[in-house]
Amino acid sequence: MLQWLMGWFAYAVAIWIFAVGLYGIVTSRNWIHLAICVAVMQSSTYVMLLSIGYRTGGAAPIFVDIPPGTRAVDPVVHALMLTDVVVEATVLALIVVLAVQIHRRTGTLDPDKLLELQG
Amino acid sequence: MSPRIRLALFVISLLGFAAIFAAGARELKPVGQYPGPYGDVLNAAAVPERHTTDVVTAINFDYRGFDTLGEEFILFGSVMGVLLLLRQTQDERRKENPEEEAGGGPQASDAMRGFTLALVGPLAVFGLYIVLHGQLTPGGGFQGGLIIATAPLMVYLSGRLEEFKAVTSPHVIEVAEAVGAGGFALAGFLGLLAGRNFLANVLPLGKTGNVFSSGTILLISVLTGIEVAAGIVLAIRAFLEHALEIELKGGKTR
Amino acid sequence: MAGATITQVAPLPVAVPLVVAALLAGGRDRWPRSFADAAALGTAIFNVVVTAHLLALSLVQPIVYWMGGWWPRAGIAIGISFSIDAIGAGTALLASVLVAAAFVFSLKYFESVGTLFHVLMLVFLAGMCGFALTGDLFNLFVWFELMGAAAYALCGYKTEDPKTLQGALNFAVTNTVGAFLALTGVALLYGRTGALNMAQIGHALASGTQSSPDALTLASFAFITCGFLVKAAAVPFHFWLDDAHAVAPTPVCMLFSGVMVELGLYGAVRVYWAVFAGVLGTHQAELRGIITSFALLTALVGGVMCFAQTHLKRLLAFSTVSHMGIMMMGVAMLTPSGLAAIAVYVLAHGAVKAALFCYSGILLHRFATVDEMELYGRGRVMPLTGALFALSAVVLASLPPFGVFAGEAILGESAKRAGYGWVTFVASLAAALTGGAVLRVAARVFLGWGEKSERQGQKTGEKRETKAGRSGTPAMMSGAAGALVVAALVIGLAPGLKRGAEKAALDMAGTSDYQARVLDNRTIPAPSVKPAPLEPAEFARGFASVLGALALAGCALFRRRLPRVASAGLRSLSSAVVAQRKLHSGHIGDYITWLTIGVAAMGGLLSLAFR
Repeated sequence: MLQWLMGWFAYAVAIWIFAVGLYGIVTSRNWIHLAICVAVMQSSTYVMLLSIGYRTGGAAPIFVDIPPGTRAVDPVVHALMLTDVVVEATVLALIVVLAVQIHRRTGTLDPDKLLELQG
Repeated sequence: MSPRIRLALFVISLLGFAAIFAAGARELKPVGQYPGPYGDVLNAAAVPERHTTDVVTAINFDYRGFDTLGEEFILFGSVMGVLLLLRQTQDERRKENPEEEAGGGPQASDAMRGFTLALVGPLAVFGLYIVLHGQLTPGGGFQGGLIIATAPLMVYLSGRLEEFKAVTSPHVIEVAEAVGAGGFALAGFLGLLAGRNFLANVLPLGKTGNVFSSGTILLISVLTGIEVAAGIVLAIRAFLEHALEIELKGGKTR
Repeated sequence: MAGATITQVAPLPVAVPLVVAALLAGGRDRWPRSFADAAALGTAIFNVVVTAHLLALSLVQPIVYWMGGWWPRAGIAIGISFSIDAIGAGTALLASVLVAAAFVFSLKYFESVGTLFHVLMLVFLAGMCGFALTGDLFNLFVWFELMGAAAYALCGYKTEDPKTLQGALNFAVTNTVGAFLALTGVALLYGRTGALNMAQIGHALASGTQSSPDALTLASFAFITCGFLVKAAAVPFHFWLDDAHAVAPTPVCMLFSGVMVELGLYGAVRVYWAVFAGVLGTHQAELRGIITSFALLTALVGGVMCFAQTHLKRLLAFSTVSHMGIMMMGVAMLTPSGLAAIAVYVLAHGAVKAALFCYSGILLHRFATVDEMELYGRGRVMPLTGALFALSAVVLASLPPFGVFAGEAILGESAKRAGYGWVTFVASLAAALTGGAVLRVAARVFLGWGEKSERQGQKTGEKRETKAGRSGTPAMMSGAAGALVVAALVIGLAPGLKRGAEKAALDMAGTSDYQARVLDNRTIPAPSVKPAPLEPAEFARGFASVLGALALAGCALFRRRLPRVASAGLRSLSSAVVAQRKLHSGHIGDYITWLTIGVAAMGGLLSLAFR
């Protein structure tokens, strides 16, 4: 059990976060809440990436105090995650801006009430 | 679809999605057993090749600098998008007395005012430090730029919108953002001019451990810091102006 | 090496628009409009020239360019590569041409909010070119998101209208979910192979020890493909497309339908051939069946919804969905000849669809509406525009020998060879539906035919997007549209088109050659191509779909005069159509539910097929 926890729990958390984010988007009654749910969904990829790159007992990939060649975790996923975070923040900003504008123009943020675009 | 049908269909398919995801993740190595090879190659190569001790920054601004170019322009594009979407439209007008409307902006108590103003300097300096030391310790343009951007925000928290606006003149900030973003792309051209590939590191590499080392990594990091700081300030300014100073003609929201 | 110097232009289609965008943004309220127009259009034309050059080079020998000079070491890629083959370069060329056309269209009259429109369009262009040219999986995601950020902002351009904001929100949330779904797939692949370069991952997967692909490969394939199919607006991921098109300004719609959606399909196809073709190649037949089912669904749903619209832009949006279904049929064949068909089809469809959006923009400029019923008969004052509009409609319905037909004909041959000859009938039906819908609009608007329907058209309440100018169409607008129509006509007639497309497809589909080229820097001798001339049966089919389009348009226009039997049949069909339209509710929760259903279905079908 402990071994499973150490080995796979992080992946399970990533799956759970993605699922919860999606659930939040589908059942949301407020566009700002929806935007945050999108951000939650996006953060599942961080957990996924960082778990994949982790090395038990590995040092951070910063070789200031430790000599180069010390066993370290994977630096590539950290770089990917930095990019990921910026992408998330920017998409979030755009969604929130659109939500703010919708509120100003219609007085509501409820997706159920904003149904003017029907097929 | 009615909400109940939607929820039922969604939950069923969500379980399917989770099952697929789990089945795939089960085939990964357990957490803590990263097999490489990409990370190990770079960990070994970054210090001797690039004279940086922070491998993550070396990846961000050198080995995979092209990704970071795209990422910086995602930030740039989003800030431009925010400016576009929050612009004052024809059915809106400026409030005559925004101070009265919002109760005079955030009412800062003396303690708050003192505290936030005292933070402005340290935040700016700390952000600058993070930017300049990105190639040595965790940090770099994005992280440091964000910290620098909070310094003008402290001015807003300490008083009113006008003071924030006075400190952040849009012309200067917009030019700064353009210089930061365009500069990164132009730094890539340095490589082409030197007869090598785009975004090649052509500046002198210096000595490992010095601030002025790692060639274009430092240059790009600084440019990114400028761009991120300027972009965030522009975006916040747009949000604040839109919320506090612009209203629909004919009164409040419908 | 002379070859090396020439290919130094490879990063320029991405770098130059970004620099110019930054320049224009630096003084966004201070640059005069004419300077911004000139700079933006000049950059787009520069991109056209460079990507055309890259296309010419890559037809001879695909180009591999490593950013920063980080060549791979011992088969391990440490930098980011641009792996440019003819299909990638051709897609980048299409993007550049359409952006240039959009700039021409919006010269002078389009309300551009300082230089923000130009800046965002240039950033969009850079993202599209980067997406088309890259050889690295995470880099693909980065350019995908860059395209997305610019697109969401451009879509929400007309912020006064709450419909616009909703459309942009639906677009943004759906595409972001798709993008991060794809990123999850990329993360899984990275966990397995420790690489991000597509060639390296493909090589690592194919040389693994399993005989049958395992759950991780299938899961990542499902996630990445579905993520890109969201962008490609395949059913059931397509709901955002008509919302976005209904509200975005005309030059932006030109790009969305003309190239952005096709880029989604390109991404899925590129990842398949570069990464998964080796390891999934043993079960090609099952995979073919799965993708073809999605394709058929897309073509039919798109076609039917298209015919039911009266809002011109939504009609064209669903037409894009339907044509995307046809394109998916081509790639679903999983053969180079199918790819060749779609390469031609994408170019021609992009040109003609962009032209149609130009015309809708012209109508909006003149009459302040794009609703078919509101425009009834008003187009009679612009006969030339009407003629070109109708011509575009029949080209869209696969009129031989023009571009769209050429693609479909090659698709027909390829499908027959793969044993799927019957899909071409569905393709013809879809083409007839979409072409017929546009013809119906043409007749109603420009000729005043058909009954004025008792059902009022959807009150669109369109906001103007141009400075008012009701008398006469600006030369730039009709010029851009006319040029695109000519391009669509010419593409089908270009000599060597088939050979070029087949050569390009062989380069893209040659997975092991691709890997050798990228990882080992080997120069593979070019495969020789001997294209066969098109069969007469294909010409017959093309004419048949045009006739079908005319017939459908006629039925719709003159419904009252139809014999009793036919109109009864139509009425029973219409209840099915109404049900389908109800599903397109505009609610984001519905859209994401369908997305999840689609992903689960794809994953489920894959696991069934590969057990």
